[in-house]
Amino acid sequence: MNCSTMKNNKRKSNHEIVACIYFFSALFFAMIAYMVYFVGFRAADLMGNPYNARTEVFNDQFIRGNILSSDGQILAKTEITENKDQDGNATTIEKRVYPFGEVFAQAVGYSTKGKTGIESLTNFYLMKSSANPVARVANELTETKSPGDNVTISLDAGLQQTAYEALGDHAGAVIAMDPMTGYILCMVSKPSFDPNTIVDAWDAIVNDPNQNGELLNRCTQGLYAPGSTFKIFMTLAYLREHGDDPSGFQFHCTGAYQDPSDDKYIVHCFDGEVHGQEDLSEAFANSCNAAFSEMGTTIDRTELRKLCDSMYFNEDLPIALTKSRSRFTVDATTDTWTMMQTAIGQGNTMMSPLHSVLITAAIANGGISMEPQLLMQITSSDGEIVRTFNWQDGNRKTLMNQEEASVLASYMRKVVTDGTASRLRDASYEAAGKTGSAEVTKDGITKTNAWFTGFAPYSSPRIAVCVVVEDGETGGRTAVPIAKKVMDYWIQKGQ
Amino acid sequence: MLTLFTSITKYICLILAGLYTYCNFRYLSIPDKEDADPLCDWQYRIVLLLHFLMSAVLFFHDMKKETVFLYISELLYFLLYPMLCRRFYHNINRLLLNNTLIFLCYGLIMLERLGFSKSVKQFVIVILASVLTLPIPYLIDKIWDLVRWRFAFVVVGIGLLLSVLAIGVTSYGARMSISIGGFTFQASEIVKILFVLAMAGMLDQAHNFKELCVTTVIAAVHVLILVGCRDLGSALIFFLSYIFMVFIATNQKRYLVLGAAAAGMAAVFSYHFFSHVRTRVFAFIDPWADISDKGYQITQSLFAIGTGGFTGLGLCQGMPKKIPIVEKDFIISAISEELGAATAIAIILICLGCFMQMMMIGTYMESLFYKLIAVGLAIQYVTQVFLTIGGAIKFIPSTGVTLPFISYGGSSLIASFLVFAIIQAMFIIQGNEDEKELSALYQSREQEMDEPDSAQEGYSAEQVSESELFDDEE
Repeated sequence: MNCSTMKNNKRKSNHEIVACIYFFSALFFAMIAYMVYFVGFRAADLMGNPYNARTEVFNDQFIRGNILSSDGQILAKTEITENKDQDGNATTIEKRVYPFGEVFAQAVGYSTKGKTGIESLTNFYLMKSSANPVARVANELTETKSPGDNVTISLDAGLQQTAYEALGDHAGAVIAMDPMTGYILCMVSKPSFDPNTIVDAWDAIVNDPNQNGELLNRCTQGLYAPGSTFKIFMTLAYLREHGDDPSGFQFHCTGAYQDPSDDKYIVHCFDGEVHGQEDLSEAFANSCNAAFSEMGTTIDRTELRKLCDSMYFNEDLPIALTKSRSRFTVDATTDTWTMMQTAIGQGNTMMSPLHSVLITAAIANGGISMEPQLLMQITSSDGEIVRTFNWQDGNRKTLMNQEEASVLASYMRKVVTDGTASRLRDASYEAAGKTGSAEVTKDGITKTNAWFTGFAPYSSPRIAVCVVVEDGETGGRTAVPIAKKVMDYWIQKGQ
Repeated sequence: MLTLFTSITKYICLILAGLYTYCNFRYLSIPDKEDADPLCDWQYRIVLLLHFLMSAVLFFHDMKKETVFLYISELLYFLLYPMLCRRFYHNINRLLLNNTLIFLCYGLIMLERLGFSKSVKQFVIVILASVLTLPIPYLIDKIWDLVRWRFAFVVVGIGLLLSVLAIGVTSYGARMSISIGGFTFQASEIVKILFVLAMAGMLDQAHNFKELCVTTVIAAVHVLILVGCRDLGSALIFFLSYIFMVFIATNQKRYLVLGAAAAGMAAVFSYHFFSHVRTRVFAFIDPWADISDKGYQITQSLFAIGTGGFTGLGLCQGMPKKIPIVEKDFIISAISEELGAATAIAIILICLGCFMQMMMIGTYMESLFYKLIAVGLAIQYVTQVFLTIGGAIKFIPSTGVTLPFISYGGSSLIASFLVFAIIQAMFIIQGNEDEKELSALYQSREQEMDEPDSAQEGYSAEQVSESELFDDEE
């Protein structure tokens, strides 16, 4: 090897070394960029997680911010009172106040005995100050607490109040959402409790022998047999199995359906009503148990399971609150009797009101399910907008095609015009929906849970509502009037 | 008052970390290292000031005498160690020396905050390692002939790894350390240095494809034993350093491509055969799905970093102990939480600066053997930093390796000191040679009158090659 090639080789090696330096520098800068992105943009959404114990650290630095409703009402605030002891030393006492008390109890939650609801979800924002950074550093240095940011949520105080009053003394849940944006408009759960006094009342509530479940948010955590509202899924399954053509469906209702395989396999229509000759839309509007339990025996079980699995069953609902998973267990081996029961929402199926309203909203929104949204805006204590949450950024999930959605919507409209939701007939707007009356037997006592899930107005939906009333009469009689009040308020407000 | 003091020091420390990092890269861009001396002096002062401020915060928090004693002894160390280094080796690379000090400063302070006794233990090992590694550059320069020992390194290295495989202690799914008389010793940390020395020697001596194959087989044996121990993080570090050393030795890109293909297959293989690898991949993809179990560690780390924000909560203001094994694999999360993500980023940049400096030392080396050692160790260093920090911030799945000089642990610390000592040795040897050449040049210039032509030629050739070099690096 002569001198020149050696030098050449060395030079070349150095070239490769420089290439390595570039390569690893690029890796490191990508890593730094990711870290900046994470700390700057992603962290805020994740820090409210209950597994993050660190937010307690902020208690000494920030005064917890306010929670505001979309119509500007204060749902939670921190009141500061100055106390003077005997020596004249002033101490400040912070108190978390919930002006609406029981009305928003489960939705907004509390922050004084652990953290729940919105208080938990937005903890990180409430305990962080985005006010003038100079003032903040000055506060930090003088050990003055900075006021935390305020959070505006999508719940409407007026609508919530209306729903709360409409539900009356019943136990149950009312949840409403804007089908187009996914904003949750109200979220009522009864029986309720007063979050202002939760610390003192805690033992009484937890040790209550009745176990009313006041602390439970029935909208997201409550699981109920869906009753006839499940016929929405059955109808969709039937449509899909028959190429979106319902014309082949004809049923003659004699008040009951008896399966030929066994005399004991018999399902009656509600109150022994006889519906006569029906097509699919009529059977749906009449909520004909006989027609649907027959459909249950013939439907493709695997396909039905596939359909339900694609519609939020057996999975976590896309919301950051504590929630229960809806259950659907039918598979190819399910027996005839269970299928007859399942078809009318009486089998092993369980649904939460949030789940039901999501499905209804998707039907109202041309088959596209919008991710439910609760957060609208973060503002600093001096009124500057820190962050705006865009509903457009939410995930969209196509549950059905536009045609299927419009067929189901028209059937649901027929429930109001010709069927079981007659109490919505005289509304000033065109409502659509599906009623349900699920019988549940517990400790030998049979109770009816009254359901209604619907939307309005029919032509350009602005609200989807789901009402569940525990121990009601029927969906039509108990749940529909409550839903009507909620829809009335919202439609009127929009005008 | 305490909060006030903590807050003020927090902001001062952030500014100091920023200044230090600036000096770091400014240094790398100055061609003549003697011009950079004032920068290094500034860096050194910043380290001392950072150490003083953070120790003061710790002291005001617990008000214990021990904290002061520890501070004074650490201060003595910070004064003496660099002094001795520079006394012995006037050609020492001051940037790497300063960087060692700032890493130790952050590491010791953070460990003291996490647990006083840990910091003391770590500090004792720091002193031991410093004393042990101080003579290494001299030994490599004057006494040891590392190329000739390459087969000994292979035998010792493989022997140590096999003993880990046979009698090692398992922790977190991987068999990583040998326990002797109460001391646990992580063999792979030391073997990885032997590995670089051995492979550099063998690649330097390999003259044909067959010899290259033999070398590769030996390298593969190392990696496979580590895979057998399920220490996949170390396996990856060994593997990458070898691939890049082959690349530098042969100048052929196809070895990189081959290496990437092999790494891809190995990744698929380990995903299918090792349950703890799957666990970590799951924890990487969606740690929130199993937050109470598989995703616990990484989400706690993310909480720490996210809650701390860019400026941090301030020393002793956060909850870094919520992260399992925070003092080893996740020390960067603790630093990010309390000293701020800005500090963490400064540390990442300083690490990158170390890597660049090591690689540049590689470019100065005339001997291929030394060049390969510098490159091999640099690649190992940078991979290790990338795996630790990337794992802690969920940029990549976590692999369970430590952050050199900062993480708690004797083996890791001693290994880091060894690596930096060997790199310094390369730098010092080359510096001494350059000096000799330069003095020879001066002599020849004195004789310029007699033989002007040849002397002029040699001088200009030297100049050209040097300036070309720097063009490359910019």
